[in-house]
Order: sequence, then structure tokens, then C-alpha cells
Amino acid sequence: MWDYCANSLDVARLRGATYGDVRAMHIRQRNLTTKNRQVGTLGQTESVGLGIRVIVNGAWGFASTDQLTRDGVAGCAAQAVTIAKASAVAKKQGVRLVPEATYVDSWQGPCLKDPFEIPLAAQLDLLLAADAAIHKVKGVTLSETDMQFRKIDSWFASSTGSKIHQRRVISGCGLVATSFKNDAIQKRSYPNSFGGQHILGGYELIESLDLLKHARQTAEESVALHSAPQCPTKTGTIILGGSQLGLQIHESVGHPIELDRVLGQEANFAGTSFLTLDQLNRLRYASPIVNVVADARSEHGPGLGTFAYDDEGVPAQCIDIIKEGQFRGYLSSRETAALIGLHRSGGTMRAESWNRLPMIRMTNVSLRPGSWTFDNLLADTDDAILMETNRSWSIDDRRYQFQFSTEIGWEIKGGKKTRMVKNPSYSGITTEFWNSCDAICSADHWVLWGTPNCGKGQPMQTMGTGHGASPARFRNVKIGSAFSNQ
Amino acid sequence: MRLPAKNRTARARGDHAQTPELRGEKVLYGIIDRVLRLAKSRRIPETEVEVDEVVDTLTRFANNTIHQNVAEHSLTVSIRAVVDGRTARVSTNRLDEDSLAAALEDAAFLAASQPRDPHLLPMLGKHRYHRVRRFVPATAKLSADERARAVKQACDLAERKGQVAAGIFSSGQNQIILGNSRGLLASYRQTHSAFSVTMHHGAAASWAKANVADIRRLHPVDLAKTASEKAARAQNPVELVPGKFTVILEPAAVLDLVGFLFYDFAATAVHDKRSCLSGRVGKRLFGKNIGITDDAYHPEQLGAPFDGEGLPRKKVALVHQGVVEQLVYSRRSAKRGRTRPTGHGFALPNEYGEAPMNLVVAGGTTSLERMIACTDHGLLVTRLWYIREVDPYEKLMTGMTRDGLFLVEKGKITGAARNFRFNQSILEMLRNVECLGPARRSSGEEMFEMVVPPMKVRNFNFSEVTKF
Repeated sequence: MWDYCANSLDVARLRGATYGDVRAMHIRQRNLTTKNRQVGTLGQTESVGLGIRVIVNGAWGFASTDQLTRDGVAGCAAQAVTIAKASAVAKKQGVRLVPEATYVDSWQGPCLKDPFEIPLAAQLDLLLAADAAIHKVKGVTLSETDMQFRKIDSWFASSTGSKIHQRRVISGCGLVATSFKNDAIQKRSYPNSFGGQHILGGYELIESLDLLKHARQTAEESVALHSAPQCPTKTGTIILGGSQLGLQIHESVGHPIELDRVLGQEANFAGTSFLTLDQLNRLRYASPIVNVVADARSEHGPGLGTFAYDDEGVPAQCIDIIKEGQFRGYLSSRETAALIGLHRSGGTMRAESWNRLPMIRMTNVSLRPGSWTFDNLLADTDDAILMETNRSWSIDDRRYQFQFSTEIGWEIKGGKKTRMVKNPSYSGITTEFWNSCDAICSADHWVLWGTPNCGKGQPMQTMGTGHGASPARFRNVKIGSAFSNQ
Repeated sequence: MRLPAKNRTARARGDHAQTPELRGEKVLYGIIDRVLRLAKSRRIPETEVEVDEVVDTLTRFANNTIHQNVAEHSLTVSIRAVVDGRTARVSTNRLDEDSLAAALEDAAFLAASQPRDPHLLPMLGKHRYHRVRRFVPATAKLSADERARAVKQACDLAERKGQVAAGIFSSGQNQIILGNSRGLLASYRQTHSAFSVTMHHGAAASWAKANVADIRRLHPVDLAKTASEKAARAQNPVELVPGKFTVILEPAAVLDLVGFLFYDFAATAVHDKRSCLSGRVGKRLFGKNIGITDDAYHPEQLGAPFDGEGLPRKKVALVHQGVVEQLVYSRRSAKRGRTRPTGHGFALPNEYGEAPMNLVVAGGTTSLERMIACTDHGLLVTRLWYIREVDPYEKLMTGMTRDGLFLVEKGKITGAARNFRFNQSILEMLRNVECLGPARRSSGEEMFEMVVPPMKVRNFNFSEVTKF
């Protein structure tokens, strides 16, 4: 691969590129699903290719190919140069990148048990057994399970001399019980909705989840929801479970801090951000107990946003986003850092595959744990709704106004978890919501959740992001408005 | 697309780099032959091979300048093996003999590793297909330089108006060839191009988009003008109290909302009781003015005339005069339902079955202008954003208005309104449609392209307002 990388960079330089970086990737993926005690999807994909990004006449061009021959990569590099020259037709100012050192390195993410080495029959047996356990519960009308594994090798080389190889193994797994009764569909998922939990790691994730143990309770809750009262419509206190809070962080902190959005580069599709440059170090984003970091380093944990170098060859970093409630930082790239006068990129550029351009993506954007035990938090709460496991999510294109609903809710009365409620939802304005946070549970309850399906860019790229969170309490929140018209 | 004169000169000079071309069909047939021969030599009972080739390019602009400009060329070989009533699929983009053989063997191994599937059907034999012509050489040849010049025109327009433009200009071509060991052979190729533009005028914004097979029918500057004029009108929005409003939904808003119904028409979804149509087929669910068809042969549609197994697609009347009349079926769901398949199955194996991918919502004769003129108090909605399902059986959806929400009073647009969040059942909405405009191929940002009309809808539920 290094030869192809060097070859393409040489061609780009000879054709006039003043900067170039190239990323060859080999991606292997396995998908397994079951539905109603039968295998659903069973497949593997393998994709190998190379993408080269160049600056010519102060403008960007990118081309990619799966024709990994000397001629194939040379043609790809020439096409990238031609495209960059075309970009210069509508150029306002030349691209400037903040400096970065060169690195020659090889890194491998954590993976105790290679999922591609685990017998397929064992993987299917586990899913089918969990599926059967769900299906056995009376009232369940649809049982589903899934596992996904990816092994990603990438070779990054730049015209400034960096050569970085990285290997990342990603594993994901989950189950869902659905119950249709009396004109309503209720659903419960474990350990999270929309595919379960996902980490940078191997089959050890699947073993740690103990699907069989949780299948029955998950299924029973999906049926019980039909008999539960509707979540009330009111303004009050909510406690969010960790996975739901992870998505809340993703949507109302992670996206608005992307500097490409802030600078208008995503205005046509993903949108812009309320966090305009004048807000940095001035905005009280949240209450003083709230601390959020964007941390791609291994020491943060095996998240979907963990790596050694981003796809511009910048080392993984930990950046303060919200410190004691104050807005402190953006997610940046070498180009956007230069545009706002930062001296270094935050190292957040990532691409979905070899045929996609790297762009600013969340790394692990996580809420630092607080000091409460979950039991003490409940005991301290007189009247609230505990909401767990995301069911729907939506936020405006500047990331102010949001609405989430969850699969299940529980009334908290007099410090105790009492009855189940169905169709819980809450909504609000981002900064008002985060400023209403008055309790965050401790590190004992903190989980680094994986969001595997973050969409951004044109053409659309799907990326995995990490969000560490523990349950937290929010006051004066609008509850139940999603269903207030029903 | 109307090319500027300067562009024609550049083309004459021949200083455009060649946009990569699709390989000839014979090359792809050759790959299928190679895999089927390998399968025969390994005595794999049934084998299906799908070859997909993609050449895509996209120029992206923001802040009145091009900031991303990309191209990709890829070819994927996807192999499905059937071994003793079991099936699995393996895909690769490595075309050498060893890699294809390894992919084939992996598919057979994966297939053999699972329990037998008693409902698995034998692969299809030969079929004849309706010919559709959706490959336009002019689109395939569009160069980066031509895209850049059109983008520059949009950016120049924005600058003249004191506005800021952002968007994309994409073009591409793709082909698919599907063959199997029972002699089926199906092929399809198409071109496509899209122009999407957002114009910011101070804090206000508006948007326009189109997606076509034939570049000669795409007019980027006209789209930029539309977005520009609407952005200028979207300034100084008033904050309205949330509640139920009469809304005039432009086609993109209709598409992105009504499009969320598409999988509900799958027989498998109804069987699995996760469709909002479970227990409702044959009933009048919508207003009498609502008709929905799936029609892969509609002149404004794109897409292959066969499904994931190679079965020819049929035109299916899903909703007629508000009554849910038919669903779409794969071969498997059709056998279970004791009916005939409609040619809407996904590639096997999968757990979702099938879906209509070429929806056509029947239009009416009321123009958008007439809808505005006959509205005493309402809102004109340009586009919707971040739409998600809140309740799957009532098809209750939430989302935001975006890029141009206009107040209509006494038959005229009188100003702009701050964006609203909606929580609205699609089923209820389609019972409240007062009038429809002409249906046309429409593009949104949340759902794939469909043919839909603008609609005037009463009692549309807005639950909250945002800050802009």
C-alpha cells in the first residue's frame, strides 16, 4: 500500500499539487441479524481502495479509486489535480493549513478477541438463542437481534512526510423486542436502541453484554408498556439514563461545536450552529457542574471516536468543550483552525471510507462524571420522570430546539422509582436545558456509548462517535409535548 | 443545464480532464461468467452475482466558494451462494481470480454455517424486462470544470444580492448487472445529476433543489434565483404562537414527510406488525383525494426495472381514493401471502423483505399560487428537516420547518415566521388535504426522490417554536 500512496503523491506533485495526502484503506465487515428465530441478514463485505486529497492553485481536489495498480492510482491522482484546478474557478482565497509535525507510526486499537476469528456458528447460535428468549414472551410480535463487526486498516501518507498505519476493530451488538397490541406498537431494546452498543474492540463486547440474561426482561417490558399510563404533559424534572444522555450530548453539544458547521461549510445540508465565534469563552453553555470533553485518546476508553491519528495525520487529543458550564472549544481541522486563528488542529478529521473526503467529526464527546450514586439521585428526587433508551430524536438546523422521546419512562415519586409510563418525551432549547442540569451520577455509572450512525456531509458519510455519560437530572423541562396532540 | 458561453469555448479547446467512464457491459458480463464458472467447478448448487459500478462526482460550495470537490469510481462484486437450503452473501471490490474465488467460498461457508431456511426459494430463471432509457451521455460527460462554472454563477448571483450561497452540484453514472446460475441476466444503467442551493440573506435562508437523469433538464442558476428571492423574503421572521395551522407544503416538504410511509407498504412489514398499515389494508385511511402508486416506469423516475432477485418490477396501486388497496411483495412474502410477487424484493438474504422505491403521489390541478391565493390564514412551508418517527402506528412524526416558513394572510405572503417544530400524524395529515397541485419529481434532503405534488393541508400541528 505504501508504494501506491507514494506513487499517487508523486503524480500529484508533478502535476502541480502544493500539498497532498493519501489514504489507502482495507475494510472488512460482517453483519448478522435474526428475526423471529430465523437468520435474517448474513453477509460479509470487503472493500479496498485509495483516496487522494490535493491542493492546487490554493484549492482542494479529491479523487478515489479501487483500481490499485500503478496506472490506476496515477490516474486517480491526476484526476484529483484536475478537480482542484476546477475548484480554483470559484476560489475566494487560497486554502491555508495550520502546521503539523510529521509522524511515522503504526497503531492498533484495543481488541482482545478478534470477532472474525470467532466461529460464525457460535455467533449465530447466541443470536438465535437470544431471539428465541424474546419470542417466548407472550405478547411479543417481533423479535430481532444483530451483530456487526468491522476491521479497518488505513495507510495515511502526506506530502510532508507522514506515514501512519492504523488498525481498528469495531464491534456492535443488540436486541429488540416489539409488541403490537390494540392499535399501538411498543418496543424495548438492549443495551441500546438502533443496533445496541458499539465499541472499538472485539468479541469481548458481545460476551460482556450477556444477551441471554437480558432478553426476557427486555421483551416483558415491551409488552408491559401497553398497560402503562401515558407519560404526563407538564413542565418538571427528568432524569435521563446514560445512553439517552449520550445522544443528547451528540445532538446538542457534539454537532454545534463542529467548526465546519460554525463557519457555514455545512449550511446546505447538516446546517449551521448557534455557537458563533463570538460565543467562545463567553457563553454559559451549561450549569457549573457540567464538564464536556472531546477526547480521541485511548485513555478515554474504547469509543467509536478513539484513534491515534485523525485522517489528516494529526495526533488524537483531548479538548475541553464545556468547562464548569462555560463554552471552551470547538472540533477543528487544519483548515478550519487556520480560519479562526488557532495554532493547531484539534485532530477530528475522519472519513467513512477510502472513497470519501475526511471531514470534521465528533470523536468521543463525553460528559465527565459527577459524584452522585444513582440510588442517592433517586432518593433526592421528589417528583420526576426517569427516561431510558432513545426512541426518536430531532433538533433544528442551528441546534437550538430539540425533542427526544424514549422507549420507556418511570415515575419517580418521593425518592422512589414507582410505575412505568409509556411514550415519554421531552423538549427544550439547548442552553436552557444544559443550564438546568443539577446532578450527574458518578464514574461507577459512566458508560462510553457508541453511536454508529452519525450522518453528515455530501455525499453523505456515516461515522461512529463515542459519548461517555452517566445518568443526570434536569429541572424545569417540558415533558410530553410530542404526544400532546394525540 | 444551460452552459455558459465560456464553457463551450473551453470544451472546444479540449482542456477538460476526462470524467471516468463506466466499463462496457461485456466486461461486467465477463466478471459474472468468471464467478459462475468458479461456482460450477466448486459444485455450489446455486449462485447469484451482482456487479455494481459507480462513477460519481460532487462539487460542494459554501461561503460563495468551492470548498470540497470530489470524485469516486468503484466496482463491487456481490456473490450470493445457496447451499442446501441456506444462503449468504459476500461482496468484494477485488477483481482478481483469487479474490473472487475467496469471496465465493466465503459465501458458501457463511451459508453452510446457519440452520436450514425452510422458506428459501430457488433462484429465478430468465426474465424479460421493460426497457427504460435513463442513461444520458451528456450527463455522464459533465466535467469538474463545467460544474465549477455553474457553481460560480450561483455564487456570483449571491454576491450581487448581498447573500451567501452553499450547496452541491453532483453528477454521476452507475450500472448494475445481475446474473445467476439459473440463467437470469438483468442489466441497467443510469445517469443522475443534482443541484441543491441554500442562500443566506443575513440571518434568513432559503433553499431549492432538483435531481434529474438528463443534465439538460437541470437549471442551476434558476434554482439559485429561486432560493435567493425566497431568502430575501425570509428576513425578519415573526414569532407565532404554536398551534394548528393551515399549511401549504411545497413538494420537497411533502416528499420528506409522506416518503416516510414507503416501508409501511411492504407486505413483510405488515406481516411483522411493524407497519402502520397492519390491520388497515382495504380500509379508507386517507382522504378520497389521495392516490399513491409505485411505478418504476414513470417518466420522471430513476431506478432499475427489476428487484434485488431480478424479478421485473410491476406498477402497483397502493392507495386509491384514500383506500389502502395493495402492498408490495417479494417472492418470499408473496408465497406466504398466497399472492403474486410485485418485483419489489431486496437483495437476499435480508429481514426486511421489500419496499416500493418509486412512489408517485397523485397530484391535482391547483397551482401553488392558487393555494396561496385561496388561503385566509396559513403558512407556506419550503422544506422540513430532521424528521423522525415518534409513534410508528399513528405514524406520528416530528421535525422542524427550515429555510423559508412564510406567513400567508388573505391570499398573500405577508412575511416570514420563525421555524416551528411539528408533531403530526401522516395518516391524519392525508385526511386533511384540501387541495393538490401537479405532481413532479421532487428532491428533499431526508428521503429519496419521488414524484409528489404540493399540498394544502388543514390543522397541521406545530408544537413549539425555535429562536430563528
